[in-house]
Amino acid sequence: MNCLGVEQFPDYKVPGVQHVDFSPYESNGGSIVAIAGEDFVVIAADTRLSSGYSIHSRDQSKLFKMSPKTVLGSTGCWCDTLSLTGLVKVRMQMYEHTHMKTMSTDAVAQMLSIVMYNRRFFPYYVSNILAGLDKDGKGAVYSYDPIGHCERATYRAGGTAGALLQPVLDNQIGYKNQNLPADQLPPLTKERAVAVASDTFISAAERDIYTGDSVLINIITKDGVEERKLQLRKD
Amino acid sequence: MMNNSFAQPMWSNGPSPGQFYNFMGGNAPTQLPRELTTAGPFGTKHSTAAITTGSSVVGIKFDGGVLVAADTLVSYGSLARYQDIQRVFKINNNILLGGSGDFADIQSIKRNIDQKMIEDQCYNDGVIMKPGELASWLTRVLYNRRSRMNPLYIDVVVGGVDETGKPFLGNVDMRGRAYNDYVVATGFGRHLALPLVRERKPKDRDFTFEEATNLIRESMKVLYYRDTRSIPQYTVGICTAADCSIKGPFKVEENWTFAETVKGY
Repeated sequence: MNCLGVEQFPDYKVPGVQHVDFSPYESNGGSIVAIAGEDFVVIAADTRLSSGYSIHSRDQSKLFKMSPKTVLGSTGCWCDTLSLTGLVKVRMQMYEHTHMKTMSTDAVAQMLSIVMYNRRFFPYYVSNILAGLDKDGKGAVYSYDPIGHCERATYRAGGTAGALLQPVLDNQIGYKNQNLPADQLPPLTKERAVAVASDTFISAAERDIYTGDSVLINIITKDGVEERKLQLRKD
Repeated sequence: MMNNSFAQPMWSNGPSPGQFYNFMGGNAPTQLPRELTTAGPFGTKHSTAAITTGSSVVGIKFDGGVLVAADTLVSYGSLARYQDIQRVFKINNNILLGGSGDFADIQSIKRNIDQKMIEDQCYNDGVIMKPGELASWLTRVLYNRRSRMNPLYIDVVVGGVDETGKPFLGNVDMRGRAYNDYVVATGFGRHLALPLVRERKPKDRDFTFEEATNLIRESMKVLYYRDTRSIPQYTVGICTAADCSIKGPFKVEENWTFAETVKGY
């Protein structure tokens, strides 16, 4: 069997040869929630870094400020998160030097997809959500799968409690299946977005052992990024 | 055929019928590292487990610096093979490194780091490496090795102070996972020492030097009592703006009088 020019182990069992049992991946937990409004976007992530039943750190930010208008939330395999965010930051700096301007949120979103797809057959094991203001100053949320599929949304939950949080957002932000006419949907305020994001994390910390300790909330407006912190249960 | 033109003839380097086009444009692919291409009868087998191992390393940050401690045992499986080997190293006047996991891999990475320090000195520009930079470098080396499925089986603690005297304490594992905190531990220390230290952390301030020393002493004692791959002798690295050195070896204050009262086995 030949793969990328490297002679590999044969597919059949060979006596005396043990197979590689090393896994390059590890789940380090953590959750992200992002909610976009008309002229703002809120992104929140918990600060617990764990593997299995061990908590490595109770104070690890998973939000990466990529530009004054863009914040990337990244969880999953922490070593992949570090490599991926590092690479994206480098490429954003290269863009800034060649084009003499900061990358727009939409451009970062597209680039992130490409950078991740580059590792299609050895993926970055990460759950990414990118939040920022788009070219028109509107709130934008982009979510990704580990191999780089990208989708723009108005709200999204990701990470270990993503499946726990998303239905809450569907109900509280999306007003799904409530048969409300479009003109009767209450407008989303910044305060409500922050309140809902906070509540989802308080709920997630009850049931997901990989989510807890505290939540960092970034509120992105045209004036900059406001940071808030909320304590969660630490058990 | 044209022979006075630099232009490539049409469809040169093209695929044979039924094959795919080679987008490298006929360029030879970049040479893979030697360890990946050395042919054996069944290819190359990479190390899959640690052989000689060091157990826990515990690091604690305090208001003026850091302490990094590890016992002096290097085990060979369950055999307490080498009993007087220091696993906490002084890298330069700003950096301490505590290593656990495969000791051969620790020694290998240590040689690399020492060479870097010599290069650093040769520049003679007054700029010396800070602990955060070493930790960052280690993440890249270890991440690259794990991505080649040929990892260094190590879990290291990097501690020290930067040029302003601000303490740094971090951990990098064999996959390149890295984080900083006021307390880090590897091996059994992660289960035994970490909760012990976190419990005593004042909310509003850092540890003092005295608190940190007491916690190290306490942690190494608990580890000796409960970790079978440990011995009652350890060294402690201390790094502050004024001093960066390895102290010890110290002995764990053993007390086995309680053993007489243990019943039921």
